This record gives sequence, structure tokens and C-alpha cells, in this order.
Amino acid sequence: MRRYPLRVIALGYLLLVLLGPLAMIFWRSFDEGLGPLWTSLSDPNTVHAFTLTLIVAAIAVPLNTIFGVVCALAIVRRRFPGAGLVNAIVDLPLAVSPVVVGLSLFLLYGRTGWFGHWFQAHGIQILFAPPSMVIATVFVSLPFVAREVVPTLRELGTEQEQAARTLGANGWTTFWRITLPSIRWAVIYGVVLTTARCLGEYGAVAVVSGRVEGQTETATLRVQDAYENFDLAGAYGISLVLAVLSVVVLIAMTCFKPNQEERA
Amino acid sequence: MSIVVHNVSKRFGDFQALDSVSVDVASGSLTALLGPSGSGKSTLLRIVAGLETPDTGDILLAGSDATELSPQKRGVGFVFQHYAAFKHMTVRDNIAFGLEIRKRPKDEIRRRVNELLELVQLQGFGDRFPAQLSGGQRQRMALARALAPEPKVLLLDEPFGALDARVRAELRLWLRRLHAETQTTTVFVTHDQEEAMEVADSVVVMNRGRVEQVAGPRELYDTPANEFVMSFVGQANRFGPSWVRPHDLRVRLTPDESTHEALIERVTHLGFEVRAELVRDDGERFTVQLTRDETERLELASGQIVYVEPTRETTFT
Repeated sequence: MRRYPLRVIALGYLLLVLLGPLAMIFWRSFDEGLGPLWTSLSDPNTVHAFTLTLIVAAIAVPLNTIFGVVCALAIVRRRFPGAGLVNAIVDLPLAVSPVVVGLSLFLLYGRTGWFGHWFQAHGIQILFAPPSMVIATVFVSLPFVAREVVPTLRELGTEQEQAARTLGANGWTTFWRITLPSIRWAVIYGVVLTTARCLGEYGAVAVVSGRVEGQTETATLRVQDAYENFDLAGAYGISLVLAVLSVVVLIAMTCFKPNQEERA
Repeated sequence: MSIVVHNVSKRFGDFQALDSVSVDVASGSLTALLGPSGSGKSTLLRIVAGLETPDTGDILLAGSDATELSPQKRGVGFVFQHYAAFKHMTVRDNIAFGLEIRKRPKDEIRRRVNELLELVQLQGFGDRFPAQLSGGQRQRMALARALAPEPKVLLLDEPFGALDARVRAELRLWLRRLHAETQTTTVFVTHDQEEAMEVADSVVVMNRGRVEQVAGPRELYDTPANEFVMSFVGQANRFGPSWVRPHDLRVRLTPDESTHEALIERVTHLGFEVRAELVRDDGERFTVQLTRDETERLELASGQIVYVEPTRETTFT
């Protein structure tokens, strides 16, 4: 009986903080019917914003997945001086505000920045163009895969890998056939979180992109844009699509996971 | 394949795990590395397998230097205490792993895996996952996996340590039989002297990173090299300046010039065997092993004063 108050508090909190706002978006999106919703979503600039968001995510997610796994292996398996420092630095993007990240990139790649000069001399546009948006997104979504994989690797231990080595497998084969399958759920979970973060990134990208409609505007930037221009239907519509994407990803995760746990 | 360990030392931080250890293991033998925890026996086994690198010293496998060889090139089978089962693979895939790495033909792999499943009595378990097996079954699977590529040396690190007493006894016997059949050079690590004596032809007793004695089970028991071996292998009492086994003490009710007076503190009945704990007048405690008949004939009970005569003593200088 004593558990009930706790449950009510937990559920109430979830409802108020998480589900309420989400439900509100669903409700307001369909407020004026499907017609205006469709019109705002099929706007070429909106379509471009979604495409750009997906392209940026499609570059940032694989990069951070590979980095995350390599980084986790380095932190857990290789005892090298400074491993603790690496471990701490990986968390940096969680601690630093995305706006600060954006600003630092701005300074770095700007006309007077350390790298900006070189890129400008070679005619490569970084700021106010997709490259800076990819860099900003990679930065803010960096920790998730490593954070998921590190504890799983620790728990896994090294015995299975050692067994594979004594059975004649080299390091590469051992990684693909033993290590990776053993940590795959942590990797998948990390990828989902990274993807969600990439799709939802706002602050850092807002600073470096220049927010040019139809050119350097991602979906989240477009929401803000539409809202500021009193295009509420558009703002709600894009938000709806973003919210649906996240929910679909989460549902897909929960559907996959039980199969694995039954087996283990 | 013979194994030669020559002057191997290994240090982990401040801890000297191995202190210039040399051991020869004859080809085709069944050898136990016996010692208390921290004696370096597992480290030695892992160095032979290539899972650890020695700080100094050499490892020779079949006469050629293998010190710098990586584990996958040594051709040794290794069995871990906690099985190290590949959890995401079926029993069949676990056993086939070493063969697949060697790119053997599919039908050959299938045949060999079936053979091994039969050998370790896991027919019908091939499609299960390790989590669906008992500890004993998992360890048998791990053995089959290690045996699959036909290693020239089989190394087992406390293979039965995590199993209950009954399964242990079964697997010991099974390991003996397996060795008799395959004649593969086998080295296993154990802290259980009974296990070492029961299974091995040759026992290497280790303590604090050093080898104390290498001998057959009987020689080890009858002529231990030093006090450590005496007390670690089998039961032993300190008896004045010498050592004596509990069954080498005769209990009498009357004194003579070769007896020592002692007080019985406790009598424990273990089926046929009876164990009596005694204390001498100089305060030294010791255990005597008697038969039930003897105990009844002498009517031994705690609180009684008896006279004890050692029939066989060992003195170390």
C-alpha cells in the first residue's frame, strides 16, 4: 500500500513534465484540420529543413558511433596515462551549453579564428554552411555511445576475448565476433540517443548556421522561425513530425529489447 | 608437446607473482599446479598460454621459443574458471568457433562438433545458449570448445573451482579419462590438494611465486621437500621438533618412554574415520586419525588423558 503515493508522484511528474507538452503538440497540430498542417509541411523550405536535419544526422551519427566505441575500448581496455582525463573530457559536451559550443566554433572558424584563415584561403566555407552545422552536431552528440558502451564493456570483462584469442582469433576477428556482439545493445542504445540528440539540436547549430531559410535551416531552427513569424500551424506541424520521430525511435527500441533479454 | 618454463618472473605493481620459476612438463603428461591463492599458479598458466607476458625468462613449447608468440599462434587450448562462454552464441557455435577461425570446411566442422558434443555428453544441447546450461554443462562446453581445434596442450585454470562438490568429482574423473584417451599434454591449476592428488600424474607445488616441489602424488605425500609441502599436501601436525601425519600417531592408555601425554579435547566421528583433537602438556595442539574400532576399544572421550606415540615422523632442517 505504501507504494501507491510514490507511483502517483512518479506518474504525475512524468505527465506534467514530459507527456503533457507532447500531447499538447499533437492536439494543437490537428486543431485546424489536416489541410493547413499539410500545407505548412509541404512548404519547400520546410522540406529542405527536414532534409538538412537528416543529412547532418546521417553524417554525425556514424562518426560518433565509431568514435564512441573506439573511445570506450580505449578507456576500458587500454590502461594508458590520461585515460581518466579522456573519460572526463568525453562528458564535456554534456556539461557545456550548446550555445557556448556554437560560439567557440564561431571563433575558431571565423575570419580571424585559428582554422578560419586556412579554410578561407582554400575557398572552403565552414561557417554559415553545412560543414559547421555537422561539426556542431558532432560535438554536442559525442558522449552518448561512449557513455552507454563503457559500463557494458567493464561488465563484460576480458575473459571471452581471451578465450577467442586462445582459440586462434586475431584482434580484429575477436572484436567483430566477440566484443561487438556482446556490446551491441549498448551501441544501439547509444545510437538511438545520439540520433535523438542530432535531430533535436538547436543551440550550437543556431549560432553557426546563420539560419538562412531554405539553405542552412534545420527542422528545429525552422520551428523557431515559424513561431516568430506567427505561423503557428507550421511550428506545430514541424514539432509534431520531430516528436513522432522520437516516439517511433523509442518504441522501436522497446520492441527490440525484450527479445534479447529473454535469451540472455 | 612438452612445455619448458625457464626462470620466469612476473611482477604486478608491488606484488611479485612469480619469482624465477622453472618447470618442465613432459609431453603427454597430466600435471597439476597446486598452491594457495596468490602463489602464482594461475599467472604461470596464463604465461604459458600467452595471456600474460613474463617480465623475464622464457617459455619453450615443443622445444622452440614461444615467449614472444601471441596466444592465437601457440596452439594451446585454455579453459577458464568461469567458463568464458560466448554468451551470444549457441553451444554448437561456441564449440565451432576455433574451427571456423581456421576456415575448415562446413561439413567437417559439423562432424567434429557432433563428435565433441557426444564426448562431453551435451548431445541435444547444441542449439541452446550458455545461459540455459548448468555450471557443469557450461564447463563441459568450454572444454569441448578448447578441444575442438585439437590443441597440443590443454591448460585449465581452476576448471572445477566454481562447481559444487558432486559435479566436481564427476568432472575430475572425466578429465582423467579424457587424458587417458587423447594423451594431450594437460596442465591444470588447483588450490585443492585432493584434486591435484586424484587427477594428476605429476604435481607442481607452488607458494609465494616459487616452486616448492615437483613430484608424483605419492612421493609428494610421503617425502615432502619442506614444511610448506608437508602442511599443504595432506594433513600434518607439528609434533615437537618434527612433523607427523594424523594417521601416524598411535594412542595408548598407558605411558612408556616413547609416548607423550595429551588431553583429548574433542572426538569427531566421520563415518569409518574418527578424528580426535588433542593438546599436549606443553600446549601444542594436534589431530589424530583413528578407526572407529580403535576408538571404541580404547573408549576415547573428550576430557580423557591419553599417551600418544608417533610411528613415523618427518624432520626438516
